[in-house]
Parts: sequence; structure tokens; C-alpha cells
Amino acid sequence: MLPAAERMVSSVLAKVIVFCVALMPLIWLVSDVVLGRIGPDPGQEITERLGIAAFQLLLVTLLITPLKKMTGWPGWLRHRRMLGLFAFFYAVLHVFAFLQLILGWGDLWATFTRRPYIALGAAAFLLMVPLALTSTKAMMKRMGRRWKPVHRLIYLSAIFAWLHFLWQARSDVTEMVVYGLLLLTLLFIRAYWFGVSSLVPLRKSRV
Amino acid sequence: MLIKRRPSWSLPESEVTPRSVYLNRRKFMTGAIASAAALAAPGLLRAGDSPAATPLTFREAPEFSTDEKKTPFDAVAKYNNFYEFGTGKSDPEKYAHEMSVDPWTVEVDGECARPGRYALEDLLKPHDYEERIYRLRCVEAWSMVIPWVGVPLAAVLNRLEPNSRAKYVYFETLHDPKQMRGQRSLFSTIDWPYREGLRMDEAMNELSFLAIGLYGETLPNQNGAPIRLVVPWKYGFKSIKSIVRIRFLEEQPKTTWELLAPSEYGFYANVNPEVDHPRWSQKRERRLPSGVLRPNWMETRMFNGYQEQVAHLYKGMDLAKFY
Repeated sequence: MLPAAERMVSSVLAKVIVFCVALMPLIWLVSDVVLGRIGPDPGQEITERLGIAAFQLLLVTLLITPLKKMTGWPGWLRHRRMLGLFAFFYAVLHVFAFLQLILGWGDLWATFTRRPYIALGAAAFLLMVPLALTSTKAMMKRMGRRWKPVHRLIYLSAIFAWLHFLWQARSDVTEMVVYGLLLLTLLFIRAYWFGVSSLVPLRKSRV
Repeated sequence: MLIKRRPSWSLPESEVTPRSVYLNRRKFMTGAIASAAALAAPGLLRAGDSPAATPLTFREAPEFSTDEKKTPFDAVAKYNNFYEFGTGKSDPEKYAHEMSVDPWTVEVDGECARPGRYALEDLLKPHDYEERIYRLRCVEAWSMVIPWVGVPLAAVLNRLEPNSRAKYVYFETLHDPKQMRGQRSLFSTIDWPYREGLRMDEAMNELSFLAIGLYGETLPNQNGAPIRLVVPWKYGFKSIKSIVRIRFLEEQPKTTWELLAPSEYGFYANVNPEVDHPRWSQKRERRLPSGVLRPNWMETRMFNGYQEQVAHLYKGMDLAKFY
């Protein structure tokens, strides 16, 4: 095979693999539902697992830049958009599951205004919407230098998502602490490498 | 009314397929999948059977039982809040076998004539067991219907002869991090042991029950073996599990959830659809097992539907203030 064709095959293959791995939480969830392993309170379980999957993918998306910097291989960046869109995909499913399976579409206004942890979750989700909408190549081109500062909203979204998660702890916060440390590390190394200003959303960067 | 006599067409417990039989059927059904999985990943499988449950002898107490559809044993035994074994709903079922419940001692102290260390058998000996099918409403907005076996709490407490200063009764769960892995967690905010309490008149109410079994057999560890409280008109967390201490007090004791989040959980914790938990509504509940796409919603009832028996205990009290 020509080296160029070989590169293309391996790049497509890599994308397929990342796609399948990112889809695993959903496949796992659906198979648990189908096989009756989801437990007696499926609505709660489904909603929680979709939320966790969204947050995990958000963290994996945030891992791409550090990976690129550490390995010096720019190929990681090719997967960032798909991972980010998967995070959004799970977030959409999570929100829908919450509305349908937990809330039953009742008390909407009161729920979002009177329950801060839900408002935080909603904020985390809403911040992801413009990022998903502007994730295409065409939008990147059109936005030019404004694209990057806008997409720094992901940091805010991840922080809100973590607070949304933490707020639901009833007593044991081990899981939340672990995720919190991961998020903190990811943000801290960026601040260390690129300066604190590189974390501020919507602020124009010099680079 | 809400608590009904068993209608003539209803099956007595004795006609129900024995648990061992339907468990076997389940085993058979999952056998094929399990053996395939075992070949692939033997480490993932574990012995899920709870330590030997013993059948109990009891009489039915239809006057205290609902005839609503019972939550299947499987759901009752595999979906638990018992943070001593972890905060996940399936953690207790996975890890509660690490607790040894035989022998079991209950320490009785405080304002009573007969304090002391009681072997569980001695605490229960003179009493006959009865089965009561109660609703259980969790503060998290799900509910179950469970056939408990046990004795009225009042019968046991009376034998301990509380004196006139005894205004409250206080309970503690076993505290032993060696047997209870949730108590070993670094980031748990609970100050162990788990504590609960009732006002004396609540404890003496005919509905207050000490359960030692469910579905006709001794309690699975994850459901609070070997002895637990069941107060069906209060949120589930009041029904303290694996009790090792009963103390009679003059002052109202501080309880675990009240200590942890006083704005969210009160001492009374009566089921009340009018008073929301700050983080969610209490107007409805999901009766388990719930559907996948359409949750099994039902309206939550005042005092979990036990107004007739308990409403008089709270006459004149502002239940929004004393939640």
C-alpha cells in the first residue's frame, strides 16, 4: 500500500475505535436494560449513568490537549471533536432521561429555579450547546480567532457539571473527590503551561 | 380504609412459590448467559447468594397489612440504602455478607428498670412473630411494599420497663469498620454509628415494629439483619438497621441525618407530600419495581397512608416546622 493510503486507513480505523469506545457506556446501559439487569428503579439508574458518562467524556475531551503536549503527537487532536460531541450526546440523553423518567415533565419552572443543583446541571448543559453547534469545520473557519475563546466555555461547563454532581452527594463524597481531583489536574496543567488566562472563556488570546 | 382485611381471593403466604424455587428458576434462566460469561471473565462472577436465610414461624397480621402488590423479594434484597456498606444501591447486597450477625447482642441502657446486655434471642424469646405487609417510602421518592416478620416494638420496650423520665427511645446500628466497609471510607461525612430515635408515644404506637425477617425468612444482612426497626409512616431512613443499642432518654436525641443536614432531614421525618425535600419534591413516589420508559408514579399520601393510626400523635404540631 502507498504510505498515504496506509495513513488514511489507520486514521479511519482509529476514529472507528474511538467511536466504539465512546459508545460503550450506552451499549452497556442498553444491554443492562434489555437483559433486566438495570434494577428495580430504572429511571434513576439510567439518568445517573448517562450523567456520569457525559462527565467522563467531558474529562476525556479535556485530556486531549495535555496528551498532545506530553507526547508531542498532534494526532490526538483529530479525536477531540468526536469526544466532545459524545459528551454532548450523553448530556442530551441525561437531560431527556431526567425530564422523562424523574420529573415526568411536571414542576419544570420550580425545579429549575428552586433546586440549585439542577440549575447548575442545566447551566453545564446549556454551555455545551453553542460548543456543539460551532464544532464543525465550517464554523471553525467562519469564527476564526474567536473560536478558541468561545470553546473555553468547556472549562466552565465541566466545573458546573462537577458541582452538580457533588451537590447530590448525601454522605460519602469519595467518587466526587476523585473526579474533582482529575478535573483540577486537567485545569491546573493548562494554567501551568499556558497561563491562567488561557482558561478564561470568551477572552481573546494573543496566540 | 387504607389498611384492609385480606380479601377471600387473596393468596395466603403459604401458597406463594417458595423463594428457593423461584431463585432456582432464575438461576436456570441466567445459567446459559452466566456460563458463557464465566468462560470469558471468571473474575466478574461472585457468589450472590446471601448467607443462609432461615424460615420463620409466624402468624399473619392482616389488620396491619396492606393488600397492595408486594415488591418482589429480589428488588427488596438488592436495592438498599445501607451506607455502612457503601452508598450505591447495590453495594449492601454485595458487601453485607462481610457482617456477622450471629451471635448478636443488644445493649439496653438509660431510663429503664432493666438495662443490660441482651442476647438477641433473650430480647425476642417470649414473643410470637407476626407478618405485617407495610408500605416503605424512602425520602428519595421511591417506595416498596414489604412483608416483614417480627414483633411490635412496644412489646419489647415494655419488657425493658422504661421509667417516667423516658420520653424518647434512641437506637444505634453496629459500628465496626472491619465488617462494614462503608465505615472505612475516607470521605464519608457520617459520624458513625448510625443513630435514630423516636418519641416514646411514637415508639409505643401499634404500627412500630421490630423486624427480624421478610418474605417469611430471616432478614438478609443488607436489609438490616438480624434486627431492625420498621416505622412505616416515616421516611425509610428512620427505620434503623442492625440495631445494637436501645437507650431510653429524657431529652430528644440527635439522629444521623439530622446531624448531617438539618435543613433536609428532621427528627420526625414523617412522610408528608406537602413538605418538599429541598432538593426534590415529595408529592409523588416511584413504586418499585418501576418501568423503564414509564416510571410507576403514584401520589404520596400523608403519613404514607397511615393517618388513621398515627395522625393523633402530631395534633397541633406544625409539620412544616417539625419535618
